[in-house]
Amino acid sequence: MIPIVTDIAFILLGLAATMVVVRIIRGPTLADRILGLDMLSLLGIGAIGAFALRTGLYLYLDLAIALALVAFVATIAFARYLISRGRHP
Amino acid sequence: MTIAGGVLVVVGALFCFLAALGVLRFPDVFTRMHAATKAGVIGAGLILLGAAVASVDTAIILRALVGLIFLVLTGPVSAHLLARAALISGIVPAVTANITPVPAQNTDSASQNS
Repeated sequence: MIPIVTDIAFILLGLAATMVVVRIIRGPTLADRILGLDMLSLLGIGAIGAFALRTGLYLYLDLAIALALVAFVATIAFARYLISRGRHP
Repeated sequence: MTIAGGVLVVVGALFCFLAALGVLRFPDVFTRMHAATKAGVIGAGLILLGAAVASVDTAIILRALVGLIFLVLTGPVSAHLLARAALISGIVPAVTANITPVPAQNTDSASQNS
């Protein structure tokens, strides 16, 4: 049960990460790329959760919390930079 | 409980996949932000909750709930700040999105206190 479920989850998360990386490369503006980085960190949190379920090492959920914290701070910092840069459409 | 956890993990991964599809396909930063924030946060939170439910342990479930609450609290804040930054930096919403942009009032004060 658990290996099949986590395989499905890893495949879906991998496809999602591929699409987000395509958006980061093609993104017309800087805000698109910041949004893509935020989304990639969310996908990383999901992958850590699926890995914790797969291996039974539930210590990794703490790592997911830490990654959520770091991703929040990184997004805030990038948005502040985007505000302070002024109007560059 | 293993079956419930597995179903939660698959549903969360499906939400993440649909969020990434929205990030790829939507026409605008402001519409992409809807997909990335709402569906992405719910997807990652459901995966965390499923991994916790599958292990029948109170400490692990509490830890995953802390992570889920943290995600739900910080997702709208960062998305709102990013949307405001995108509007201030001069990104015009797409016509098909049917959004009337409110002019950013305090552009000067926002650029001063950075």
